[in-house]
Amino acid sequence: MPRADLKLLQQRFADTHPPLTAAEAAVESARCLYCFDAPCTRACPTHIDVPRFIRQIMHRDPIGAARTILDANIFGGSCAHVCPTQVLCEGACVDNTLLSAPVQIGRLQRFACDAAHQASMEFYTPGPPTGRRVAVVGAGPAGLTCAHELRQRGHAVVVFDANDMPGGLNTYGIAAYKMTTEFALSEVERIKRMGIHLRGNHKVGGPELLRLLDEFDAVFLGIGLGRTAPLKIQGEQLKGVRESLEFICETHTRPLDRCALRGDVVVMGGGNTAIDAARAAIRLGARRVTIAYRRDLVAMPAFRHEYEGAVSDGVAFEWLALPRRIIGRNGRATGVRFARVRLAGEGRAARLRPVRGGEFTLPADLVIKALGQEPLEEIAAAIPGLKTAGGRIVTDAATGATSVSRLYAGGDCTHGASEEVVFAVQSGKLAATAIDAQLRAGS
Amino acid sequence: MHDDSRNHEPDLSVEFCGVRAPNPFWLASAPPTNSEYQVRRAFEAGWGGAVWKTISHDPIVNVASRYGAVDYDGRKVMGLNNIELITDRPLEVNLREIASVKRDFPDRALFVSLMVESKRETWHDIVKRTEDAGADGIELNFGCPHGMSERGMGSAVGQVPDYTCMIVQWVKEVARTPVMVKLTPNVSDIRAIGRAAQRGGADAISLINTVNSIMGLDLDTLAPRPQVRGRGSHGGYCGPAVKPIALHLVSQIATDPEIRLPISGIGGIQAWQDAVEHMLLGASCVQVCTAVMHYGFRIIDPLIDGLKGWMRQKGFARLGDFVGRSTQRIVEWSDLDLNYKIVAEIDQDKCINCGLCYIACEDGCHQSIRRERVEEGEFVRRMEMMHEGTKARRHEGKRDVATRRRGDEGTVLAEMGNGGRTFVSGGERYLFGAGDGYVNVYTINQDTCVGCNMCSLVCPVYGCITMKDVDTGKPSMTWREYQALLAAGKVEKIQPPDHV
Repeated sequence: MPRADLKLLQQRFADTHPPLTAAEAAVESARCLYCFDAPCTRACPTHIDVPRFIRQIMHRDPIGAARTILDANIFGGSCAHVCPTQVLCEGACVDNTLLSAPVQIGRLQRFACDAAHQASMEFYTPGPPTGRRVAVVGAGPAGLTCAHELRQRGHAVVVFDANDMPGGLNTYGIAAYKMTTEFALSEVERIKRMGIHLRGNHKVGGPELLRLLDEFDAVFLGIGLGRTAPLKIQGEQLKGVRESLEFICETHTRPLDRCALRGDVVVMGGGNTAIDAARAAIRLGARRVTIAYRRDLVAMPAFRHEYEGAVSDGVAFEWLALPRRIIGRNGRATGVRFARVRLAGEGRAARLRPVRGGEFTLPADLVIKALGQEPLEEIAAAIPGLKTAGGRIVTDAATGATSVSRLYAGGDCTHGASEEVVFAVQSGKLAATAIDAQLRAGS
Repeated sequence: MHDDSRNHEPDLSVEFCGVRAPNPFWLASAPPTNSEYQVRRAFEAGWGGAVWKTISHDPIVNVASRYGAVDYDGRKVMGLNNIELITDRPLEVNLREIASVKRDFPDRALFVSLMVESKRETWHDIVKRTEDAGADGIELNFGCPHGMSERGMGSAVGQVPDYTCMIVQWVKEVARTPVMVKLTPNVSDIRAIGRAAQRGGADAISLINTVNSIMGLDLDTLAPRPQVRGRGSHGGYCGPAVKPIALHLVSQIATDPEIRLPISGIGGIQAWQDAVEHMLLGASCVQVCTAVMHYGFRIIDPLIDGLKGWMRQKGFARLGDFVGRSTQRIVEWSDLDLNYKIVAEIDQDKCINCGLCYIACEDGCHQSIRRERVEEGEFVRRMEMMHEGTKARRHEGKRDVATRRRGDEGTVLAEMGNGGRTFVSGGERYLFGAGDGYVNVYTINQDTCVGCNMCSLVCPVYGCITMKDVDTGKPSMTWREYQALLAAGKVEKIQPPDHV
């Protein structure tokens, strides 16, 4: 196989939404009405003061704008790239009603954060030392945000992470065409400069977590989720059957030319990760990429804008397709056998009824499973008295407090979490405030 | 009004103190009328007249740079200022070119602006030579606030009634064509200058010249803008921003009982509406500069089209039908009706829930807008109730699926409903203007609303907030009448509102 052209691949993975030029930012920022009690700010999980930062851009203070953004969300640059703004700030923008087009808040946010990045602005310094120590398990957006906020308040923080590179899914789990690894890591650097002790390649298990609770004044769990759920069908162990997150992770950790694809790809799932994997596969050179989902477009959990993006990239969709088995030859996957189903009932609760004689096969050199992640039950089970629901840790929504004293949690590992970076950031922020209050009350 | 004129082409021709022009749009004495090349281009484009940029016996020397502008939140040149002086070209060249243009455009009004030393003979000489060149009229530049005023000319003359009167007299001693005096706004009472011009024998008044101004500073170098090797000087301000000042001063001249001279209105005219406003307040024709400096002579077409369209709509056949029509509506504050009541009303169907009216009223005005946090589902139900009719129609047909532009995402197919305010994505419904589970709904508290207009001024939606007359049942009573009635013991003292 001839080596794929690295330059070409990099081009295809270049930002889907190029940065705004200064001229574009000037025009776009002038569109903002500067709403009172702005819907965009309310719709943002971290409540970034959007009208304020846009006004700062308009009045040519992009650095000040970045400060406004980062005060509310230390991953503001990443979120500008990866947030589903279409259903958050931009989905709430009143210009949708007035002009059928929202202000491009995400791109303006990126403009400001890029400006601060280019100017190497250091906005934050650690607070005066309190002598208190907090352990953060998991260096994803939730854990790092919590660590950053705690350092601002003067507490010592040690962050443990199972991976080599910090950032969690913000580094490994976001489609590389949305945000580069370098950018994701640059935002982590800002947090590291706050004087955080980062222990990479250090997986914390249940017994160690118990020790951490003894050694530290408080512990924050931001461990995310585990492996992609298995299909539990025949052929899943064949070569060429992969998990979506592992597939996406590879586009961050290996040169793109070594990730290149040629044949047919079938992605199974209907969520945003399925779309990320499919669009990445197209960019990597796959001949034909099909997303097979057991329900229909209306019930699909992926955002509509993600679906539209996939369609415009040339991704094919196979609706009402229930995987029966993965077929292969010589230990390698060659296709997926599906049963055609119909929906009995309304919405996502509708039952799937196989259609008689409706079996079909999609050829596949690569099968990507994107069925949602399973919870990490081992660690939760090791803590006596830790309340979980469906394998996820139950927390107080306002504080991140778990049922165990001095143990807090946030991000994807918690019950009811919304799996977007911006929600994880907010949970880390809230937990840090609560931890700080507890530590100060106890001193 | 002349209803039969709706189908006729309105007559835009003008006769201004005896000088005829095909339309009332003239170019002001300024950089666009600096040369034959420019004035020819202007007349070819369709301008009705021009006032040649101020000439003098000796060419002056200019500096670089010369212009500065004020931008406003994304729009360029809301206001412009300049420190450029009068012509820097030899008198003979100007006179030769004036003759040449006039020869080829006999139907256009060509005035020539003059400014010389305050000596009788000097004025006599230049007036004669200008008229010999074929000028239709003369405009006396008593207005420029910068540069020339330091040498005893321009606004140095126009700020002193006696000087104004004296020089007009000198000019009129020899002038055979109409003499128009251009007034400076940089005075405390422009009527005094207007009366002085009339006393001196002026045939017309033009106003306003530019407003004294410092444009701003460069915050890197801390130098003024425009800068001349790091230094600056006060200059003349013009452009859209000065129109309200100009309208006020035009109306002051037009309504002064002692002044009976035709007016050429100048200041902030860039759209046809601006010209109409100048004319409704008493200007017989108008002069334009900044808009041409910004966009070129080609703006004459939309100016003429707009004016004609408005005249047709209003049933005006000729300019005389409306010139000065609103002058009597500008009265003293004491003559305004104290019993007139007007309140704001928000059209909830048009409201986009931005809250700009609310915060303007709350912080800056009279705290008369209620803010209600309505839960999303409840808001959608209310919108549906408001749209009962539309909804019924929608259910008859297929689902209401609309294609909407959504930012840089390109075209996104989304299910729209409830007046186009909701969309579905990932199986969830989203509502424009909502956040944190609620929508702010704003209503006017009409009991406390003082009818100040502010909410309607800041509302970004056309026609969403309107001001409604409220019948108080009370007869009209001006402050002047109120004072008389009070003195006669015929009315009670008006009490402050309850909610102060």
